Amino acid sequence: MPKPEILDPQGKAVHGALPRLGFTGVTDVRQGKRFELEFTGEVTAEVLAEVEKMAETLLSNPVIENYAVRVEQ
Amino acid sequence: MKVGVVTFPGSLDDVDAQRAVVIGGHEAVALWHGDHDLKGVDAVVLPGGFSYGDYLRCGAISRFSPVMTEVIEAAGKGMPVLGICNGFQILCESHLLPGALIRNDHRKFVCRDQKLRIENNRTPWTSAYAEGDEVTIVLKNGEGGFVADEATLDRLEGEGQVVARYLGGNPNGSLRDIAGITNERGNVVGLMPHPEHAVEDLTGAGTQGLGFFTSLAAHAFA
Repeated sequence: MPKPEILDPQGKAVHGALPRLGFTGVTDVRQGKRFELEFTGEVTAEVLAEVEKMAETLLSNPVIENYAVRVEQ
Repeated sequence: MKVGVVTFPGSLDDVDAQRAVVIGGHEAVALWHGDHDLKGVDAVVLPGGFSYGDYLRCGAISRFSPVMTEVIEAAGKGMPVLGICNGFQILCESHLLPGALIRNDHRKFVCRDQKLRIENNRTPWTSAYAEGDEVTIVLKNGEGGFVADEATLDRLEGEGQVVARYLGGNPNGSLRDIAGITNERGNVVGLMPHPEHAVEDLTGAGTQGLGFFTSLAAHAFA
């Protein structure tokens, strides 16, 4: 997700479009990205550490984005 | 001097940059993103365009191309590197320059002749200008908003690392009207507008961009 202090023009565009479709009451929209990484076998602590490294070096830009890693079975 | 111009898949302005290098009095050397050496060049230009389709983030994938490993190493040793537009984005993604470039605040692509003030003429890319010079060169970008945290912006200002600033209205939401910056050492410069499109009277917005390329010669003999 873009960091809270970073302007998110895409989120702003979506926010602007919602009332035009009759959806009211949304006070803000922020748009982020979601990556689904697949592995065979168990997601061990080492695998998770690798994914954290991927998130930090390539998938996100820590200067402007925060990230969170979640495991789904 | 031998000036390398890197072509990534999706680069647009590599040939214009080569042409500007030649008009600036140098030999242009074409470099490919898959190259593992810099072919003995004295300086490198990362041109504008949409390298790797701007997938993921602008410059994010280019930063890990083989040639960038070489560019990053050479920049660390003091080689002059100029990143224009997409090249600026690549330099930020490479952490050769601080901050990042995000979508224009008004969400539209902007293409216009842009007035700039040269704020720092102590880099190998700007020494042909006088500090405070006002030049007009082409600006064309969709993701040209320069952002960084307040501490970084203060440091850039305090250390004289702002190279160029937008005049006559901020075209893309860049914080503090920043159009270009340099690293602490002063050899790496990122610039959102395109000096390579302003080097000939026949086309473009005049010739006031040529100084970015003639500066190198002055630097070499300084």
